[in-house]
Parts: sequence; structure tokens; C-alpha cells
Amino acid sequence: MISGLLLEALRAPASMGALAPAEWDVLLRQGRHVGMLGRLGALAAAAGVLPVVPSRARTRLEAALEDVEQQHRLVRWEVIRLRRALAGTGVPIVLLKGAAYLHAGLAAARGREFSDVDLLVPRASLGEVESALLREGWEMEKLSVHDERYYREWSHELPPLAHPKRHVPLDVHHNILPPTGRLRPDPRLLLEAAVPVADDSLRVLRPADMVLHSACHLVQSGEHHKSLRDLGDVDALLRQFGASPGFDDELAARAAALGVERPLFYALRFVAKLLGTPVPEVTGRAVQRAAPPPPVRAAMDRLFVAAVEPGPPRDPARRTQLARAALTIRYHWLRMPPALLAYHLARKIGGRRRRG
Amino acid sequence: MKLGALPVAELTTRLARGLDVDTGPFVVRVETEIPALAEELRLLYGDFPVDAGGGLADFHVSVRRPAGPLGLRRWWRQQAMAYLDDARPFEPLPIIMAVPMLEWSINWCAATRANQYVMIHAAVLERDGRALVLPGVTGAGKSTLCASLSLRDWRLLSDEFALIRPADGLVDPWPRPISLKNASIGVIRRWAPDARLSMPVPNTNKGTVAHVRPPSLSVARAGEPAMPAWVVFPTFARDAAPHLSPLPRARAFFRLAACSFNYESLGLRGFTTLSRMIDGCDAYEFNYSSLDDARSLLGALPLP
Repeated sequence: MISGLLLEALRAPASMGALAPAEWDVLLRQGRHVGMLGRLGALAAAAGVLPVVPSRARTRLEAALEDVEQQHRLVRWEVIRLRRALAGTGVPIVLLKGAAYLHAGLAAARGREFSDVDLLVPRASLGEVESALLREGWEMEKLSVHDERYYREWSHELPPLAHPKRHVPLDVHHNILPPTGRLRPDPRLLLEAAVPVADDSLRVLRPADMVLHSACHLVQSGEHHKSLRDLGDVDALLRQFGASPGFDDELAARAAALGVERPLFYALRFVAKLLGTPVPEVTGRAVQRAAPPPPVRAAMDRLFVAAVEPGPPRDPARRTQLARAALTIRYHWLRMPPALLAYHLARKIGGRRRRG
Repeated sequence: MKLGALPVAELTTRLARGLDVDTGPFVVRVETEIPALAEELRLLYGDFPVDAGGGLADFHVSVRRPAGPLGLRRWWRQQAMAYLDDARPFEPLPIIMAVPMLEWSINWCAATRANQYVMIHAAVLERDGRALVLPGVTGAGKSTLCASLSLRDWRLLSDEFALIRPADGLVDPWPRPISLKNASIGVIRRWAPDARLSMPVPNTNKGTVAHVRPPSLSVARAGEPAMPAWVVFPTFARDAAPHLSPLPRARAFFRLAACSFNYESLGLRGFTTLSRMIDGCDAYEFNYSSLDDARSLLGALPLP
């Protein structure tokens, strides 16, 4: 019962109004563990139950909401600096994930904890963007030769950047999935379809692409204790866009065009199963074509649900740990062909041994 | 029920399951199986209420003995390690340091999580409803001053944290044990021979550390906040003549902000709260070498 608290709170926020203090004790700890305390606060406020929760719990939720507000303020400021830094390059700034939800004013941003900025730029402009940022004071994380090579050759982003006075991590992507992986969406399609927000200097992915990106992130991310937050993103986006005319057909078409029907299949399956999100009909039928064979599907169902399950606050259950380990192996498997993966792991293990 | 009223055997059993200690602004769930820690907790936290359990705790601190390779650490060179839910901010330490580790863990929880307050690293004392805030850089003698004043004319609000409420500017008390280092331990023993101190722990990264049991009256009044009136930056200098010099408010503001755990992360709320606080306070720099001088000078501070 206790272990389902967090999912239940996300699924039916009004139910938080009836929780006992001992249940809050668990829910708040789970919420912090998965980085969703702010989201819980926003949901409780929207459901109108904040005034009736025990005062200690309310204090914590309100503090989390204040923290989120400050994070959002810092991200907005960072984006202003980015615009200034990249103005001379003429490269359009396409925001991804949290920063995009925030600047597009989407419900997915409400109470969402995040402190980094993600950008998508054309691969051909990567060098120009990098030098403009370095010129304006951003610094690149110092990495080992192998890690540097890993980012530059085999990943879909530059090594992490940050301005030394502001410390907001900045990830500059040239695609939404690594170029070495099995799935290779064409980033030009994403960039061409991006839509302006506020004025024309900022863009975000169009709604269907936003859902697809967050679906890819959900099922191909290496941070499984944060999967629930990604799940929350897909849920909020689908609930907001789902009702707009044409969205359903477009989502199905874009998933096919970008070749990411499999991640979308999983994302729709898990949000529906865990958060009760309504799945758009046309898309729901279309992604069945990309469904994995039944044994794989069953295995993924069990692994994913077990990995997302926050469980008791300290010492995640053995089952959860095993599931997370299995998904980490899958994550690497999907990112790189076997030979490259073997090479990468050998370097990582060798490096660890040398340091130890 | 007060923690000190629990017989040692029962306290030990309940600590093994997790005991909710109501420290005022925060309920701390302490869990440990280290027997010596139970005894020290009884000494230091005896006056604090404990909850029946099964409630909502703000911080969860578990101090355990890591087993180490082959479980050897269970028997040989035992260690203490703090688990704060999914965080483990400290390296394991020799088991004798379990008490300081518990205290540091509780401080860590507050400093990283209690953003409902503007938090300043400061000792806070109260007299006639008004609070004296002593922000401290390490070595300024803040805790010694705090212990000496709270054992005489002042009520202890907190040794380490000024918890300022953004809504009304009042400081919430958090009268936990006062941490003394090195020579201060002897100084306070001579100053107040009946004060109760925990067993001094040598060789921590802060030197020898002992904690003073907070005065019972201060603990009993942990629910009564106070409005700050004086912000005093103390400096201990051997043989110096005692000297209080007024500090312009703008300078005091920035020094206060620099001592804050979360001023920057609170943005506008931090600025508004601190500037309103400093507007209502007189600020001073204070050099002293004797606790008697400090007691008389600080006791005679005029209201702003």
C-alpha cells in the first residue's frame, strides 16, 4: 500500500488530501528521492488540497515550490545570457525539455525541478556555438581523454558546459539520441519543424516532437530513479496537447518519420499503466506495429515498473536495484554497437582500476 | 513524553526502530544501534519531547556501524556512518565520533533542505522578547559566547542556525546542544560548573569536540519565536580590550548574507527578508577577550 503512494498522488492529486502523517512521511521522502517534491506541491495546490494537508507536510511542499520557482528564475536568466552569447552566430536557439516547457508556458513546467538548460543545434553549427560560448565565458567540464572522445564522437551532445559565475549546467545537443545507437532520428526534421516562443529568438520543438523527445528520454535514459519525472513529463504533455485537433494524427506520423515508434510505444504503455494517462487513439494503434515481441514486452513491463517504483525511502528494494541495473545494461546496449560498447566499458573499468 | 524520561533500555529499543525527537521547528527521526549514542542522547536531548512514532518526521538520520570488508568492522576499529535517506554526506568515522556525526548530520539536513527559512550560520539568544544574532565564521568564538550567555541571563534560541521566517521576520528557536571546541570546553566548565557536557571527543577534523546540554527552560520555550534586535559580529582576541563598534546597516547586510546557507538560492525572498531584518536591528562589531566583559556589554545593548 505504502509503496504505491507516490504513483497514487501523481495519478489522483486530490487523494493527497486524505493522507495520514505517516503516509506523508513516506511520500515526501519518495518525492524528494525522485526529484518530484515540487511537482507534488504544484499538484496539491492545483487540486486545492494544500490547505488540508498536515502543516509539516504543507511547509515542505511550499518550500519545494519556492525552490522550483528559484530554479526556474535561474534558468530564465541563463537563457537570456545564452541568447546574448549566440546572437552573433545566427544559429537559432531551440530549447529542449524543462527549459522548453518553461518558456512555452506548458503545464509540464509546473513544479518541475530542473536546474540545467538543454539546447538543440544543427551538427554543422556545433563548432561555431561552442566557440561563441567559450568566448563569452562558459567553461567546459575537464574530462579525461576517453570521456572527451566519448562525448565528441559517440554521444549526441558536447561535453557539459557551465558559466563559472552562474553554474547552470548547459548541454548542447545535435540530436535527441546518440549517433551510435540503433535508432537514428534525423535532427534536421526536428529543427525545421521547431516553433517560435515569445519572440522569434527562441524556439521549442513542435508539440508532437516534444512528446517524442520526452518518450525517448524516458526509455533510453541512464538515470532510472529520475524515470518517474520523465514519465510525469510525457503525462503532462499528452494531457495538454491530447485535446488539440490534429495532434493525434501528427504524433503518429512524426513517430514514423523520425523512426522512434518503439520508444513511443513504451512511453504510452507506461504512462497509461502507471499514471492513467489517456492515450491518443490513432497513435495508440499505430505504435502497435512497433511493439516488441511479447516476451520482451513482458520483461520490459516488469523491469520498468520495478525500476520506477520508489519503494522505501532508504535502501531501495533489491528488486528495484536489480531492475535498475538491468535497465542500465539495456541503456548502454541501445546506445552503442557491441564492439564500441566493449571498448568503452574496458576503458571505464581499466580507468577505475588505475585510479583506485 | 520527554526523551530523558525513557529508561535507558526502552530508549535503546526505540532508537533501534527510529525515535522521533521533536526539536522544535523540525522533528528528527533518529535511528541507531550504537549503545553509547543512546546514553549521550539522553544527556544532551533529555528535555526534548519524543513522539509516539508513526508520524511525519522532517529529517531522517540513521547512524549505523558499517560492516566493512568481511564484516570485520563490526569487531575491529568500529566506525559510525550516517545515512540520511539517500544521502551519505560524510565519510565513516571512528565510532567514538558518533555524537558529533549525529549533530553534523542534523545540521546538514537543515542547511540543505529547510528552505522555508532564510538560514544564517549564527548563534541566537533572546532577552525580553528580542533576539541577539551572533553570525560566526569559524574561530570567532560564537559558540563559546553562545554557551556562556545561555547559561546565565539569556535564553538559547540556537547555536548554529538563525531560522528567519520570511512571512514575519521572527526567528524560530532551535535550541539544540551547543558545540564546543578545544580550549572552549574548559572555559565553559569553569564558567558554569553545573553545566552538563557530553564526553569530549578528540581528533575530529575540528579538534576536540564536546556538546553542552541546552538549558531546560530554553527547550521548554522552543515554540516561542523572537524578533531580532541586534546583529553582533564577534571576534575573540586574546588580551584585547572589549570593544563594541557600530556597523553601518548596508555593511552588516552583506556580511549577514555571506553567512547565510541559502540566501542566494532564495532569490528575492532572501533579499526582502534579510533587508527587513537589518532595518529593524542595530549592528555591531565586537572584539572581546573575556566572557565577563561580553556578558556585561551585550547585556547592556540598547534597543534599536
